[in-house]
Amino acid sequence: MTSLLEARGLAKSYDARAVLSDVDIAVAQGEIVTLIGPNGAGKTVLLRILLGLEAADAGRVERKPGLTIGYMPQKIEIDANLPLSVARFVGLAGRYTKTQIADALAETGIAARREAPIQALSGGEFQRALLARALLRRPQLLVLDEPAQGVDVTGQDALYDLLARVVARHGCGVLLVSHDLHLVMARADRVVCLNGHVCCTGKPAALGDDPAFAALFGARGAASVAVYRHRHDHEHAVCADPAHDHGPHGHRHG
Amino acid sequence: MDDFVLRALAAGLGLAAIAGPLGSFVLWRRMAFFGDALAHSALLGVALGFLLHVDVNLGMVAMCVAFALALTGLLARSRLAPDTLLSISAFTALSAGLVVLSFLDTVRVDLIGYLFGDLLAVSPSDLVWIWGGALVALAGLAVIWRPLLATTVHADLAAVEGTRVGQVRLCFVLLLALVVAVAAKIVGALLVTALLIVPAAAARRFARSPEQMAVGAATVGALAVAGGLGASLLLDTPSGPSVVLTASLLFALSLL
Repeated sequence: MTSLLEARGLAKSYDARAVLSDVDIAVAQGEIVTLIGPNGAGKTVLLRILLGLEAADAGRVERKPGLTIGYMPQKIEIDANLPLSVARFVGLAGRYTKTQIADALAETGIAARREAPIQALSGGEFQRALLARALLRRPQLLVLDEPAQGVDVTGQDALYDLLARVVARHGCGVLLVSHDLHLVMARADRVVCLNGHVCCTGKPAALGDDPAFAALFGARGAASVAVYRHRHDHEHAVCADPAHDHGPHGHRHG
Repeated sequence: MDDFVLRALAAGLGLAAIAGPLGSFVLWRRMAFFGDALAHSALLGVALGFLLHVDVNLGMVAMCVAFALALTGLLARSRLAPDTLLSISAFTALSAGLVVLSFLDTVRVDLIGYLFGDLLAVSPSDLVWIWGGALVALAGLAVIWRPLLATTVHADLAAVEGTRVGQVRLCFVLLLALVVAVAAKIVGALLVTALLIVPAAAARRFARSPEQMAVGAATVGALAVAGGLGASLLLDTPSGPSVVLTASLLFALSLL
């Protein structure tokens, strides 16, 4: 597999307080990498450095030449005084035709809301609009920061299903930040636990046995992994890459 | 009609044409306080213009631009809340302007005119400044329109998509400084922000797109200039405040 994005030895501090130290992370083509970690673990800072929005104090980020990134930021508040339709918001991604914008909105299932003011969308609809804007760029890498935030529980499942379908269709790599261990475990190819540094990394199911993971997420976190193991056989049909290597864990029922 | 009335109308309409679109962005970017701080520095520009024997209009533009750049730098580095920093800067600049003017014994400055504007005192050379400034600012705004809109909606997202966010923001701040300096002459340093904010706010309810709001704001501004000027002539009221009051009236009507 070729790397879309590879970072080595990243470090960042604010006011002499180290937020990240010696972080290595890579995303390969077609791979879903999930970044988890407690609040204040530096997930957002790491994402910002990888996206080029902030400079690291040390280390380097290498991107595949000509890499196109689709980005779904965590929180967007758009001033109520700005009259902006959904289609127009999505079209801000660059110079795109009406047909291209309509196709992107149809792909994420909000074609019917195209003329609605962007501020009128529900949490789930807004995430779909953001995804449509990201897809418009035909990204090779999707970077998603807490995509299920502000979405109700049933909406979250639907959103993750949509994400999985879209990723499979476009064959793009994914770097995802999420709090939701349960969903993370069901979908990721690889999980990276961050707490200032990379605590552990590996296939989702293997992490439940990792003491570093248990220390970070406690018994409930480990339980999420156990649930995942039971349900895995029924869920992997929606994974982005059906041919990906499951390893031995699929047959273990912890 | 008298020449000075036509000049006043032409000056006001030129200003309304740029204040509408630019003011819409000030509203969307929540930069009203920033614009107001810039306007407070205009008087210092007037004072320095007299002191250094350069054109007063040039002094105001140079001062507003320098002040805008300094404020942008301070805001990026300071730990103070932005409104605290902007307030301190605004009142410092205004007071410095008044103090410097007091040193100029030989010059009689129409202070009320500079603070509250005097549309009816616009000279032919002022008119050139106003229309020149308005056209330059309109052209500049047209060039950065799309990236500025993307940056306004979400700067990080725009940056990942390839927009040069820093450059776009800088251009906007420079355009704002230019327009504030030019407008300070007409409606006065203390009322400039009203001309940016009120017409844009009045146009909001009727706009379905950013462009409609910009054009609507320019239209409301033009109506406010015409109405305010008429009232000023008819009732012998001060012209700057009359224009602002007319704009406020139109805003109130837009809410009905």
